[in-house]
Amino acid sequence: MSEPTEAQAAVRPMVHSEGVEKWFGRLQVLQGIDLQVKPREVFCIIGPSGSGKSTFLRCINHLEKVDAGRLTVDGQLVGYQERGGRLHELPDKEVCRRREEIGMVFQRFNLFPHMTALGNVMEAPLRLKDENKAAVRERATALLRRVGLSDKLNVYPTQLSGGQQQRVAIARALAMQPKLMLFDEPTSALDPELVGEVLEVMRGLAEDGMTMIVVTHEMGFAREVGDALVFMDQGQVVETGSPRDVISDPQHERTRSFLSKVL
Amino acid sequence: MDDEGAGVAEAPARSRPEAIRAVPVRHPGRWVSGAIVLVVAAQLIHWFVTNKELKLGTVRHYLFDHSILVGVGVTLELTAVAMIMGVIIGVVLAVMRLSRNPIVAGGSWLYVWFFRGTPVLVQLLFWYNLPTVARSLSLGIPFGPSWLPQNPKDLITAFIAACLGLGLNEGAYMAEIVRAGILSVDEGQVEAASALGMPRLLSMRRIVLPQAMRVIIPPTGNETISMLKTTSLASVIAFPELLYTAQIIYSRTYETIPLLLTASIWYLFMTSVLSVGQYYLERRFARGALRELPPTPGQRIRRWVALRRGRALT
Repeated sequence: MSEPTEAQAAVRPMVHSEGVEKWFGRLQVLQGIDLQVKPREVFCIIGPSGSGKSTFLRCINHLEKVDAGRLTVDGQLVGYQERGGRLHELPDKEVCRRREEIGMVFQRFNLFPHMTALGNVMEAPLRLKDENKAAVRERATALLRRVGLSDKLNVYPTQLSGGQQQRVAIARALAMQPKLMLFDEPTSALDPELVGEVLEVMRGLAEDGMTMIVVTHEMGFAREVGDALVFMDQGQVVETGSPRDVISDPQHERTRSFLSKVL
Repeated sequence: MDDEGAGVAEAPARSRPEAIRAVPVRHPGRWVSGAIVLVVAAQLIHWFVTNKELKLGTVRHYLFDHSILVGVGVTLELTAVAMIMGVIIGVVLAVMRLSRNPIVAGGSWLYVWFFRGTPVLVQLLFWYNLPTVARSLSLGIPFGPSWLPQNPKDLITAFIAACLGLGLNEGAYMAEIVRAGILSVDEGQVEAASALGMPRLLSMRRIVLPQAMRVIIPPTGNETISMLKTTSLASVIAFPELLYTAQIIYSRTYETIPLLLTASIWYLFMTSVLSVGQYYLERRFARGALRELPPTPGQRIRRWVALRRGRALT
Protein backbone atom coordinates (compact mmCIF):
# COMPACT_ATOMS: atom_id res chain seq x y z
CA MET A 1 0.00 0.00 0.00
CA SER A 2 2.60 2.56 1.12
CA GLU A 3 5.87 3.43 -0.56
CA PRO A 4 8.57 0.98 0.49
CA THR A 5 10.80 2.32 3.23
CA GLU A 6 14.53 2.37 2.68
CA ALA A 7 15.10 -0.80 4.65
CA GLN A 8 12.56 -2.67 2.58
CA ALA A 9 13.87 -1.31 -0.67
CA ALA A 10 17.34 -2.61 0.11
CA VAL A 11 16.14 -6.20 -0.22
CA ARG A 12 13.39 -6.58 -2.78
CA PRO A 13 10.96 -9.19 -1.51
CA MET A 14 10.72 -12.38 -3.57
CA VAL A 15 6.98 -12.46 -3.02
CA HIS A 16 4.98 -9.40 -2.00
CA SER A 17 1.27 -9.71 -1.37
CA GLU A 18 -0.92 -6.71 -0.61
CA GLY A 19 -4.60 -7.18 0.04
CA VAL A 20 -4.87 -10.23 -2.19
CA GLU A 21 -8.44 -11.50 -2.54
CA LYS A 22 -9.81 -14.56 -4.25
CA TRP A 23 -13.38 -15.64 -4.81
CA PHE A 24 -14.71 -19.05 -5.86
CA GLY A 25 -18.14 -18.02 -7.06
CA ARG A 26 -19.78 -16.41 -4.03
CA LEU A 27 -17.28 -17.84 -1.57
CA GLN A 28 -14.43 -15.54 -0.64
CA VAL A 29 -11.47 -17.82 0.04
CA LEU A 30 -8.83 -15.10 0.42
CA GLN A 31 -9.88 -11.97 2.28
CA GLY A 32 -6.97 -9.61 1.80
CA ILE A 33 -3.64 -11.33 2.32
CA ASP A 34 -0.69 -9.11 3.25
CA LEU A 35 2.71 -10.70 3.52
CA GLN A 36 6.29 -10.56 2.30
CA VAL A 37 8.70 -13.35 1.56
CA LYS A 38 12.35 -12.32 1.42
CA PRO A 39 14.90 -13.96 -0.85
CA ARG A 40 16.60 -17.06 0.62
CA GLU A 41 13.87 -17.30 3.22
CA VAL A 42 11.95 -20.43 4.24
CA PHE A 43 8.44 -19.13 4.71
CA CYS A 44 5.94 -21.49 6.32
CA ILE A 45 2.17 -21.21 6.11
CA ILE A 46 0.08 -23.15 8.61
CA GLY A 47 -3.63 -23.24 9.27
CA PRO A 48 -6.70 -25.47 9.26
CA SER A 49 -7.93 -26.97 6.00
CA GLY A 50 -10.10 -24.55 4.06
CA SER A 51 -8.18 -21.59 5.41
CA GLY A 52 -7.03 -20.63 1.90
CA LYS A 53 -3.34 -21.42 2.33
CA SER A 54 -3.15 -23.72 -0.70
CA THR A 55 -5.19 -21.29 -2.79
CA PHE A 56 -2.79 -18.50 -1.89
CA LEU A 57 0.15 -20.68 -2.88
CA ARG A 58 -1.51 -21.43 -6.23
CA CYS A 59 -2.04 -17.70 -6.82
CA ILE A 60 1.73 -17.17 -6.68
CA ASN A 61 2.33 -19.13 -9.91
CA HIS A 62 -1.00 -18.05 -11.38
CA LEU A 63 -2.64 -21.48 -11.24
CA GLU A 64 -5.40 -19.39 -9.65
CA LYS A 65 -6.25 -15.86 -10.75
CA VAL A 66 -6.04 -13.10 -8.16
CA ASP A 67 -9.32 -11.15 -8.05
CA ALA A 68 -8.17 -8.10 -6.10
CA GLY A 69 -5.01 -6.71 -4.53
CA ARG A 70 -1.41 -6.80 -5.69
CA LEU A 71 0.75 -9.89 -5.82
CA THR A 72 4.30 -9.64 -7.13
CA VAL A 73 7.06 -12.20 -7.57
CA ASP A 74 10.58 -10.77 -7.76
CA GLY A 75 9.08 -7.35 -8.43
CA GLN A 76 6.85 -8.51 -11.29
CA LEU A 77 3.08 -8.52 -11.03
CA VAL A 78 1.64 -12.05 -11.21
CA GLY A 79 -0.62 -12.69 -14.18
CA TYR A 80 -0.90 -9.06 -15.24
CA GLN A 81 1.18 -6.20 -16.47
CA GLU A 82 0.67 -2.51 -15.96
CA ARG A 83 0.57 -0.37 -19.07
CA GLY A 84 -0.73 3.16 -19.20
CA GLY A 85 -2.20 2.93 -15.73
CA ARG A 86 -4.30 -0.11 -16.59
CA LEU A 87 -3.84 -3.79 -15.89
CA HIS A 88 -3.54 -6.06 -18.90
CA GLU A 89 -3.81 -9.82 -18.63
CA LEU A 90 -0.54 -11.51 -19.52
CA PRO A 91 -0.56 -13.65 -22.65
CA ASP A 92 -0.33 -17.42 -22.02
CA LYS A 93 3.21 -17.54 -23.33
CA GLU A 94 4.41 -15.01 -20.76
CA VAL A 95 2.51 -16.76 -17.96
CA CYS A 96 4.30 -19.99 -18.91
CA ARG A 97 7.68 -18.29 -19.04
CA ARG A 98 7.23 -16.91 -15.52
CA ARG A 99 6.06 -20.26 -14.18
CA GLU A 100 9.34 -21.74 -15.38
CA GLU A 101 11.04 -19.71 -12.66
CA ILE A 102 8.76 -20.99 -9.90
CA GLY A 103 8.98 -24.64 -8.89
CA MET A 104 5.99 -26.33 -7.32
CA VAL A 105 5.65 -29.54 -5.34
CA PHE A 106 2.19 -31.00 -4.82
CA GLN A 107 0.59 -32.90 -1.99
CA ARG A 108 -0.14 -35.84 -4.29
CA PHE A 109 3.22 -35.70 -6.15
CA ASN A 110 1.59 -35.60 -9.63
CA LEU A 111 4.53 -37.35 -11.26
CA PHE A 112 4.03 -38.25 -14.91
CA PRO A 113 3.25 -41.99 -14.61
CA HIS A 114 4.21 -42.84 -18.20
CA MET A 115 7.78 -41.58 -17.75
CA THR A 116 10.67 -42.91 -15.69
CA ALA A 117 12.05 -40.90 -12.78
CA LEU A 118 14.74 -39.51 -15.10
CA GLY A 119 12.13 -38.81 -17.80
CA ASN A 120 10.02 -36.87 -15.31
CA VAL A 121 12.95 -34.67 -14.34
CA MET A 122 14.18 -34.16 -17.92
CA GLU A 123 10.84 -33.48 -19.59
CA ALA A 124 10.31 -29.78 -18.88
CA PRO A 125 13.88 -28.52 -19.41
CA LEU A 126 14.19 -30.64 -22.55
CA ARG A 127 11.08 -29.07 -24.09
CA LEU A 128 11.33 -25.54 -22.70
CA LYS A 129 14.98 -24.69 -22.28
CA ASP A 130 17.49 -24.08 -24.99
CA GLU A 131 19.84 -26.81 -23.84
CA ASN A 132 21.08 -29.99 -25.46
CA LYS A 133 19.88 -33.35 -24.25
CA ALA A 134 23.20 -34.41 -22.78
CA ALA A 135 23.37 -31.33 -20.56
CA VAL A 136 19.79 -31.82 -19.38
CA ARG A 137 20.41 -35.49 -18.68
CA GLU A 138 23.51 -34.66 -16.70
CA ARG A 139 21.69 -32.10 -14.56
CA ALA A 140 18.69 -34.39 -14.06
CA THR A 141 20.96 -37.25 -12.98
CA ALA A 142 22.76 -34.93 -10.56
CA LEU A 143 19.44 -33.75 -9.11
CA LEU A 144 18.20 -37.28 -8.59
CA ARG A 145 21.49 -38.11 -6.89
CA ARG A 146 21.03 -35.07 -4.69
CA VAL A 147 17.59 -36.32 -3.52
CA GLY A 148 19.14 -39.75 -2.91
CA LEU A 149 17.66 -41.61 -5.84
CA SER A 150 20.63 -42.22 -8.11
CA ASP A 151 19.71 -45.93 -8.20
CA LYS A 152 16.13 -45.23 -9.39
CA LEU A 153 16.79 -43.30 -12.60
CA ASN A 154 14.96 -45.69 -14.91
CA VAL A 155 12.15 -46.69 -12.58
CA TYR A 156 8.52 -45.73 -13.19
CA PRO A 157 6.68 -43.78 -10.44
CA THR A 158 4.32 -46.64 -9.52
CA GLN A 159 7.35 -48.69 -8.50
CA LEU A 160 8.49 -46.01 -6.04
CA SER A 161 7.33 -45.39 -2.48
CA GLY A 162 5.46 -42.17 -1.70
CA GLY A 163 8.55 -40.60 -0.19
CA GLN A 164 10.64 -41.50 -3.22
CA GLN A 165 7.97 -40.13 -5.56
CA GLN A 166 7.90 -36.85 -3.71
CA ARG A 167 11.68 -36.60 -3.89
CA VAL A 168 11.51 -37.16 -7.66
CA ALA A 169 8.86 -34.41 -7.79
CA ILE A 170 11.23 -32.05 -5.97
CA ALA A 171 14.03 -32.91 -8.40
CA ARG A 172 11.62 -32.33 -11.30
CA ALA A 173 10.77 -28.85 -10.02
CA LEU A 174 14.45 -28.03 -9.45
CA ALA A 175 15.38 -29.09 -12.99
CA MET A 176 13.93 -25.82 -14.32
CA GLN A 177 16.36 -23.97 -12.02
CA PRO A 178 13.66 -21.93 -10.28
CA LYS A 179 14.31 -18.93 -8.07
CA LEU A 180 11.37 -19.81 -5.83
CA MET A 181 9.94 -23.12 -4.68
CA LEU A 182 6.35 -23.64 -3.58
CA PHE A 183 5.49 -26.68 -1.45
CA ASP A 184 1.81 -27.53 -1.09
CA GLU A 185 1.60 -29.85 1.93
CA PRO A 186 4.43 -31.98 0.53
CA THR A 187 4.29 -34.60 3.29
CA SER A 188 0.55 -34.82 3.97
CA ALA A 189 -0.03 -37.80 1.68
CA LEU A 190 2.91 -39.78 3.04
CA ASP A 191 3.08 -42.62 5.52
CA PRO A 192 4.58 -41.27 8.77
CA GLU A 193 7.85 -43.16 8.39
CA LEU A 194 8.41 -41.62 4.91
CA VAL A 195 7.93 -37.99 5.99
CA GLY A 196 11.48 -37.65 7.28
CA GLU A 197 13.25 -38.37 3.99
CA VAL A 198 11.28 -35.65 2.18
CA LEU A 199 11.80 -33.08 4.94
CA GLU A 200 15.52 -33.94 4.86
CA VAL A 201 15.69 -33.02 1.16
CA MET A 202 13.81 -29.79 1.84
CA ARG A 203 16.15 -28.96 4.69
CA GLY A 204 19.09 -29.39 2.32
CA LEU A 205 17.47 -27.04 -0.17
CA ALA A 206 16.93 -24.44 2.54
CA GLU A 207 20.58 -24.68 3.55
CA ASP A 208 21.58 -24.02 -0.06
CA GLY A 209 19.66 -20.74 0.11
CA MET A 210 16.58 -21.56 -1.97
CA THR A 211 13.60 -19.28 -1.35
CA MET A 212 10.80 -21.59 -0.24
CA ILE A 213 7.16 -21.14 0.66
CA VAL A 214 5.92 -24.22 2.49
CA VAL A 215 2.31 -24.96 3.33
CA THR A 216 2.69 -27.61 5.99
CA HIS A 217 1.40 -29.32 9.08
CA GLU A 218 4.91 -30.31 10.15
CA MET A 219 5.44 -27.99 13.12
CA GLY A 220 8.82 -29.53 13.87
CA PHE A 221 10.06 -28.67 10.38
CA ALA A 222 8.58 -25.15 10.57
CA ARG A 223 10.27 -24.50 13.91
CA GLU A 224 13.68 -25.85 12.92
CA VAL A 225 14.00 -24.81 9.28
CA GLY A 226 11.50 -21.95 8.90
CA ASP A 227 12.60 -18.31 8.95
CA ALA A 228 9.07 -16.90 9.05
CA LEU A 229 5.65 -18.32 9.67
CA VAL A 230 2.09 -17.18 9.17
CA PHE A 231 -1.02 -18.72 10.62
CA MET A 232 -4.00 -18.43 8.25
CA ASP A 233 -7.64 -18.99 9.08
CA GLN A 234 -10.75 -18.35 6.99
CA GLY A 235 -8.84 -16.60 4.24
CA GLN A 236 -7.01 -14.22 6.52
CA VAL A 237 -3.53 -13.96 7.97
CA VAL A 238 -4.16 -14.18 11.70
CA GLU A 239 -0.63 -14.14 13.02
CA THR A 240 2.86 -13.60 11.62
CA GLY A 241 6.22 -13.99 13.22
CA SER A 242 9.25 -16.17 13.68
CA PRO A 243 8.21 -19.84 13.79
CA ARG A 244 9.64 -20.33 17.27
CA ASP A 245 7.62 -17.43 18.71
CA VAL A 246 4.36 -18.23 16.99
CA ILE A 247 4.44 -21.93 17.80
CA SER A 248 5.59 -21.66 21.40
CA ASP A 249 3.83 -18.42 22.29
CA PRO A 250 0.87 -17.72 20.01
CA GLN A 251 -0.74 -14.32 20.56
CA HIS A 252 -4.18 -15.02 19.13
CA GLU A 253 -6.85 -17.31 20.49
CA ARG A 254 -7.45 -18.96 17.08
CA THR A 255 -3.76 -19.72 16.65
CA ARG A 256 -3.65 -21.14 20.15
CA SER A 257 -6.63 -23.45 19.62
CA PHE A 258 -5.26 -24.64 16.24
CA LEU A 259 -1.81 -25.36 17.63
CA SER A 260 -3.26 -27.19 20.62
CA LYS A 261 -4.88 -29.60 18.18
CA VAL A 262 -1.90 -30.26 15.92
CA LEU A 263 0.99 -30.29 18.40
CA MET B 1 19.91 -59.34 14.01
CA ASP B 2 21.65 -62.53 15.14
CA ASP B 3 19.88 -62.42 18.49
CA GLU B 4 16.52 -62.17 16.78
CA GLY B 5 17.31 -65.12 14.54
CA ALA B 6 18.25 -67.19 17.55
CA GLY B 7 14.99 -66.21 19.25
CA VAL B 8 12.94 -67.45 16.31
CA ALA B 9 14.82 -70.73 16.22
CA GLU B 10 14.17 -71.35 19.89
CA ALA B 11 10.39 -70.98 19.52
CA PRO B 12 8.65 -74.32 20.11
CA ALA B 13 8.25 -76.17 16.79
CA ARG B 14 4.55 -76.43 15.91
CA SER B 15 3.34 -79.56 14.12
CA ARG B 16 1.80 -78.67 10.71
CA PRO B 17 -1.96 -79.34 10.50
CA GLU B 18 -3.00 -82.21 8.25
CA ALA B 19 -3.91 -81.24 4.64
CA ILE B 20 -7.68 -81.32 3.95
CA ARG B 21 -8.91 -84.20 1.79
CA ALA B 22 -12.66 -83.64 1.27
CA VAL B 23 -15.11 -85.32 -1.12
CA PRO B 24 -15.83 -82.77 -3.90
CA VAL B 25 -19.43 -81.62 -4.56
CA ARG B 26 -21.00 -83.23 -7.65
CA HIS B 27 -22.35 -80.96 -10.39
CA PRO B 28 -24.74 -83.04 -12.55
CA GLY B 29 -26.22 -79.86 -14.13
CA ARG B 30 -22.86 -79.00 -15.64
CA TRP B 31 -22.62 -82.40 -17.31
CA VAL B 32 -26.12 -82.11 -18.81
CA SER B 33 -25.69 -78.55 -20.14
CA GLY B 34 -22.27 -79.47 -21.55
CA ALA B 35 -23.75 -82.47 -23.32
CA ILE B 36 -26.52 -80.36 -24.92
CA VAL B 37 -24.00 -77.87 -26.28
CA LEU B 38 -21.85 -80.70 -27.67
CA VAL B 39 -24.80 -82.35 -29.44
CA VAL B 40 -25.92 -79.07 -31.06
CA ALA B 41 -22.37 -78.32 -32.18
CA ALA B 42 -21.91 -81.80 -33.58
CA GLN B 43 -25.16 -81.50 -35.56
CA LEU B 44 -24.09 -78.16 -37.03
CA ILE B 45 -20.68 -79.50 -38.04
CA HIS B 46 -22.26 -82.60 -39.53
CA TRP B 47 -24.67 -80.52 -41.60
CA PHE B 48 -21.86 -78.25 -42.66
CA VAL B 49 -19.54 -81.05 -43.78
CA THR B 50 -22.09 -83.31 -45.45
CA ASN B 51 -24.15 -80.62 -47.20
CA LYS B 52 -23.32 -80.89 -50.92
CA GLU B 53 -24.96 -77.52 -51.72
CA LEU B 54 -22.35 -75.65 -49.69
CA LYS B 55 -19.65 -76.90 -52.06
CA LEU B 56 -16.77 -76.73 -49.61
CA GLY B 57 -14.46 -77.69 -52.44
CA THR B 58 -15.40 -74.45 -54.18
CA VAL B 59 -14.69 -72.54 -50.98
CA ARG B 60 -11.26 -74.11 -50.81
CA HIS B 61 -10.68 -73.34 -54.46
CA TYR B 62 -11.49 -69.65 -54.12
CA LEU B 63 -9.87 -69.14 -50.71
CA PHE B 64 -6.49 -68.38 -52.28
CA ASP B 65 -7.81 -67.25 -55.63
CA HIS B 66 -5.82 -64.32 -56.95
CA SER B 67 -8.73 -61.88 -57.19
CA ILE B 68 -9.93 -62.79 -53.68
CA LEU B 69 -6.43 -62.19 -52.32
CA VAL B 70 -6.36 -58.81 -54.05
CA GLY B 71 -9.75 -58.07 -52.47
CA VAL B 72 -8.32 -58.96 -49.04
CA GLY B 73 -5.44 -56.55 -49.63
CA VAL B 74 -7.78 -53.78 -50.75
CA THR B 75 -9.99 -54.31 -47.68
CA LEU B 76 -6.96 -54.02 -45.41
CA GLU B 77 -5.81 -50.91 -47.25
CA LEU B 78 -9.20 -49.23 -46.96
CA THR B 79 -9.44 -50.19 -43.27
CA ALA B 80 -6.01 -48.68 -42.59
CA VAL B 81 -6.67 -45.44 -44.49
CA ALA B 82 -10.13 -44.95 -42.98
CA MET B 83 -8.88 -45.64 -39.43
CA ILE B 84 -5.87 -43.34 -39.79
CA MET B 85 -8.21 -40.61 -41.04
CA GLY B 86 -10.60 -41.37 -38.21
CA VAL B 87 -7.93 -41.21 -35.51
CA ILE B 88 -6.42 -37.94 -36.80
CA ILE B 89 -9.84 -36.30 -37.19
CA GLY B 90 -10.89 -37.71 -33.81
CA VAL B 91 -7.89 -36.26 -31.95
CA VAL B 92 -8.33 -32.86 -33.61
CA LEU B 93 -12.08 -32.83 -32.87
CA ALA B 94 -11.55 -33.93 -29.25
CA VAL B 95 -8.98 -31.21 -28.61
CA MET B 96 -11.29 -28.71 -30.34
CA ARG B 97 -14.20 -29.85 -28.19
CA LEU B 98 -12.21 -29.12 -25.03
CA SER B 99 -11.12 -25.71 -26.32
CA ARG B 100 -12.02 -22.58 -24.39
CA ASN B 101 -13.21 -20.98 -27.63
CA PRO B 102 -16.97 -21.69 -27.83
CA ILE B 103 -17.04 -21.45 -31.64
CA VAL B 104 -14.25 -24.01 -32.00
CA ALA B 105 -15.90 -26.31 -29.45
CA GLY B 106 -19.27 -25.82 -31.14
CA GLY B 107 -17.84 -26.70 -34.55
CA SER B 108 -16.56 -29.98 -33.16
CA TRP B 109 -19.94 -30.72 -31.60
CA LEU B 110 -21.70 -30.00 -34.89
CA TYR B 111 -19.39 -32.35 -36.79
CA VAL B 112 -19.99 -35.20 -34.37
CA TRP B 113 -23.74 -34.53 -34.39
CA PHE B 114 -23.91 -34.65 -38.19
CA PHE B 115 -21.71 -37.67 -38.87
CA ARG B 116 -23.04 -39.77 -36.01
CA GLY B 117 -26.59 -38.90 -36.88
CA THR B 118 -26.57 -40.17 -40.46
CA PRO B 119 -26.03 -43.79 -41.58
CA VAL B 120 -22.57 -44.52 -42.93
CA LEU B 121 -24.14 -46.22 -45.95
CA VAL B 122 -25.88 -42.95 -46.84
CA GLN B 123 -22.61 -41.07 -46.40
CA LEU B 124 -20.82 -43.47 -48.75
CA LEU B 125 -23.46 -43.01 -51.42
CA PHE B 126 -23.39 -39.26 -50.81
CA TRP B 127 -19.66 -38.91 -51.40
CA TYR B 128 -19.76 -41.21 -54.40
CA ASN B 129 -22.52 -39.20 -56.06
CA LEU B 130 -21.26 -35.78 -55.03
CA PRO B 131 -19.62 -35.07 -58.41
CA THR B 132 -23.06 -35.00 -60.01
CA VAL B 133 -23.93 -31.80 -58.10
CA ALA B 134 -20.54 -30.19 -57.50
CA ARG B 135 -19.45 -29.15 -60.97
CA SER B 136 -15.98 -28.04 -60.02
CA LEU B 137 -13.87 -28.37 -56.92
CA SER B 138 -10.99 -26.08 -56.24
CA LEU B 139 -8.22 -25.60 -53.75
CA GLY B 140 -7.54 -22.08 -52.60
CA ILE B 141 -8.38 -19.27 -50.20
CA PRO B 142 -12.06 -19.44 -49.14
CA PHE B 143 -14.10 -17.09 -51.33
CA GLY B 144 -10.77 -15.94 -52.82
CA PRO B 145 -8.52 -16.97 -55.67
CA SER B 146 -8.15 -20.69 -56.27
CA TRP B 147 -5.67 -23.09 -57.78
CA LEU B 148 -5.92 -26.62 -59.06
CA PRO B 149 -9.30 -26.54 -60.76
CA GLN B 150 -10.40 -30.17 -60.85
CA ASN B 151 -13.06 -32.10 -62.57
CA PRO B 152 -14.80 -33.71 -59.57
CA LYS B 153 -15.45 -36.88 -61.55
CA ASP B 154 -11.69 -37.48 -61.75
CA LEU B 155 -11.11 -36.42 -58.17
CA ILE B 156 -13.71 -38.58 -56.45
CA THR B 157 -12.96 -42.14 -57.43
CA ALA B 158 -14.63 -45.06 -55.66
CA PHE B 159 -11.56 -45.35 -53.44
CA ILE B 160 -11.64 -41.67 -52.44
CA ALA B 161 -15.38 -41.85 -51.85
CA ALA B 162 -14.97 -44.95 -49.68
CA CYS B 163 -12.15 -43.33 -47.69
CA LEU B 164 -14.13 -40.12 -47.20
CA GLY B 165 -17.34 -41.90 -46.29
CA LEU B 166 -15.76 -44.29 -43.79
CA GLY B 167 -12.99 -42.00 -42.50
CA LEU B 168 -15.08 -38.89 -41.85
CA ASN B 169 -17.71 -41.00 -40.15
CA GLU B 170 -15.11 -42.77 -38.04
CA GLY B 171 -13.67 -39.40 -37.00
CA ALA B 172 -16.91 -38.59 -35.22
CA TYR B 173 -16.80 -41.80 -33.19
CA MET B 174 -13.09 -41.49 -32.49
CA ALA B 175 -13.64 -37.93 -31.25
CA GLU B 176 -15.86 -39.20 -28.47
CA ILE B 177 -13.39 -41.97 -27.60
CA VAL B 178 -10.43 -39.57 -27.49
CA ARG B 179 -12.42 -37.05 -25.46
CA ALA B 180 -13.28 -39.69 -22.88
CA GLY B 181 -9.59 -40.61 -22.75
CA ILE B 182 -8.48 -37.01 -22.22
CA LEU B 183 -11.07 -36.49 -19.49
CA SER B 184 -9.88 -39.66 -17.73
CA VAL B 185 -6.44 -38.15 -17.07
CA ASP B 186 -6.02 -36.78 -13.55
CA GLU B 187 -6.26 -32.98 -13.38
CA GLY B 188 -3.12 -32.91 -11.26
CA GLN B 189 -1.16 -33.97 -14.35
CA VAL B 190 -2.10 -30.84 -16.28
CA GLU B 191 -1.46 -28.77 -13.17
CA ALA B 192 2.01 -30.25 -12.71
CA ALA B 193 2.79 -29.58 -16.38
CA SER B 194 1.48 -26.00 -16.13
CA ALA B 195 3.47 -25.37 -12.96
CA LEU B 196 6.62 -26.39 -14.85
CA GLY B 197 5.77 -23.78 -17.47
CA MET B 198 4.54 -26.10 -20.22
CA PRO B 199 2.03 -24.47 -22.60
CA ARG B 200 -1.38 -26.13 -23.03
CA LEU B 201 -0.76 -27.83 -26.35
CA LEU B 202 2.64 -29.15 -25.28
CA SER B 203 1.22 -30.65 -22.09
CA MET B 204 -1.64 -32.08 -24.14
CA ARG B 205 0.81 -33.78 -26.50
CA ARG B 206 3.46 -34.91 -24.02
CA ILE B 207 1.54 -35.48 -20.79
CA VAL B 208 -2.20 -35.89 -21.34
CA LEU B 209 -2.53 -37.81 -24.62
CA PRO B 210 0.04 -40.52 -23.79
CA GLN B 211 -1.86 -41.23 -20.56
CA ALA B 212 -5.23 -41.01 -22.30
CA MET B 213 -3.98 -43.77 -24.63
CA ARG B 214 -4.68 -46.39 -21.99
CA VAL B 215 -8.34 -45.49 -22.16
CA ILE B 216 -8.34 -44.78 -25.91
CA ILE B 217 -6.64 -47.95 -27.19
CA PRO B 218 -9.18 -50.67 -26.26
CA PRO B 219 -12.22 -49.01 -27.90
CA THR B 220 -10.03 -47.99 -30.86
CA GLY B 221 -9.13 -51.63 -31.34
CA ASN B 222 -12.81 -52.46 -31.36
CA GLU B 223 -13.42 -49.66 -33.84
CA THR B 224 -10.69 -51.03 -36.13
CA ILE B 225 -12.19 -54.51 -36.04
CA SER B 226 -15.60 -53.01 -36.66
CA MET B 227 -14.20 -50.88 -39.51
CA LEU B 228 -12.70 -53.96 -41.18
CA LYS B 229 -16.21 -55.35 -41.46
CA THR B 230 -17.83 -52.00 -42.31
CA THR B 231 -15.58 -51.67 -45.38
CA SER B 232 -17.86 -54.29 -46.96
CA LEU B 233 -20.44 -51.49 -47.30
CA ALA B 234 -18.17 -49.95 -49.92
CA SER B 235 -19.35 -52.74 -52.22
CA VAL B 236 -22.46 -50.63 -52.91
CA ILE B 237 -20.34 -48.00 -54.66
CA ALA B 238 -18.59 -50.71 -56.70
CA PHE B 239 -15.36 -50.44 -54.76
CA PRO B 240 -13.46 -53.71 -55.29
CA GLU B 241 -12.86 -54.76 -51.70
CA LEU B 242 -13.28 -58.33 -50.47
CA LEU B 243 -17.08 -58.57 -50.56
CA TYR B 244 -17.43 -56.85 -53.92
CA THR B 245 -14.77 -59.14 -55.39
CA ALA B 246 -16.71 -62.16 -54.14
CA GLN B 247 -19.92 -60.68 -55.55
CA ILE B 248 -18.35 -60.25 -58.97
CA ILE B 249 -17.31 -63.90 -58.98
CA TYR B 250 -20.65 -65.33 -57.85
CA SER B 251 -22.62 -63.11 -60.22
CA ARG B 252 -20.75 -65.00 -62.94
CA THR B 253 -20.75 -68.53 -61.48
CA TYR B 254 -23.90 -68.43 -59.27
CA GLU B 255 -21.90 -70.02 -56.42
CA THR B 256 -23.26 -67.44 -54.01
CA ILE B 257 -23.04 -69.23 -50.67
CA PRO B 258 -19.56 -70.75 -51.20
CA LEU B 259 -18.13 -67.35 -52.10
CA LEU B 260 -19.80 -65.63 -49.15
CA LEU B 261 -18.26 -68.37 -46.99
CA THR B 262 -14.86 -67.66 -48.53
CA ALA B 263 -15.21 -63.98 -47.74
CA SER B 264 -16.40 -64.77 -44.20
CA ILE B 265 -13.38 -66.98 -43.55
CA TRP B 266 -11.09 -64.12 -44.56
CA TYR B 267 -12.99 -61.59 -42.44
CA LEU B 268 -12.77 -63.95 -39.44
CA PHE B 269 -9.07 -64.50 -40.01
CA MET B 270 -8.34 -60.77 -40.27
CA THR B 271 -10.39 -59.79 -37.20
CA SER B 272 -8.65 -62.55 -35.21
CA VAL B 273 -5.22 -61.24 -36.17
CA LEU B 274 -6.30 -57.70 -35.24
CA SER B 275 -7.50 -58.90 -31.82
CA VAL B 276 -4.07 -60.33 -31.08
CA GLY B 277 -2.46 -57.07 -32.22
CA GLN B 278 -4.76 -55.12 -29.94
CA TYR B 279 -3.74 -57.24 -26.96
CA TYR B 280 -0.08 -56.40 -27.40
CA LEU B 281 -0.80 -52.71 -28.07
CA GLU B 282 -2.73 -52.47 -24.81
CA ARG B 283 0.22 -53.97 -22.96
CA ARG B 284 2.54 -51.41 -24.51
CA PHE B 285 0.44 -48.50 -23.23
CA ALA B 286 -0.05 -49.98 -19.77
CA ARG B 287 3.58 -49.09 -19.04
CA GLY B 288 3.86 -47.15 -15.81
CA ALA B 289 0.24 -47.81 -14.88
CA LEU B 290 0.78 -51.30 -13.53
CA ARG B 291 3.57 -52.39 -11.25
CA GLU B 292 4.08 -55.57 -13.23
CA LEU B 293 2.55 -56.42 -16.58
CA PRO B 294 0.64 -59.71 -16.73
CA PRO B 295 2.47 -62.35 -18.81
CA THR B 296 1.60 -62.74 -22.49
CA PRO B 297 0.21 -66.11 -23.63
CA GLY B 298 3.64 -66.88 -25.09
CA GLN B 299 5.37 -66.14 -21.79
CA ARG B 300 2.75 -68.19 -19.97
CA ILE B 301 3.39 -71.23 -22.17
CA ARG B 302 7.13 -70.88 -21.78
CA ARG B 303 6.81 -70.64 -17.98
CA TRP B 304 4.53 -73.65 -17.93
CA VAL B 305 6.99 -75.67 -20.01
CA ALA B 306 9.88 -74.57 -17.79
CA LEU B 307 7.90 -75.57 -14.72
CA ARG B 308 7.13 -78.99 -16.21
CA ARG B 309 10.73 -79.52 -17.10
CA GLY B 310 11.81 -78.50 -13.62
CA ARG B 311 9.40 -81.01 -12.11
CA ALA B 312 10.48 -83.77 -14.46
CA LEU B 313 14.09 -83.25 -13.37
CA THR B 314 13.41 -83.50 -9.65
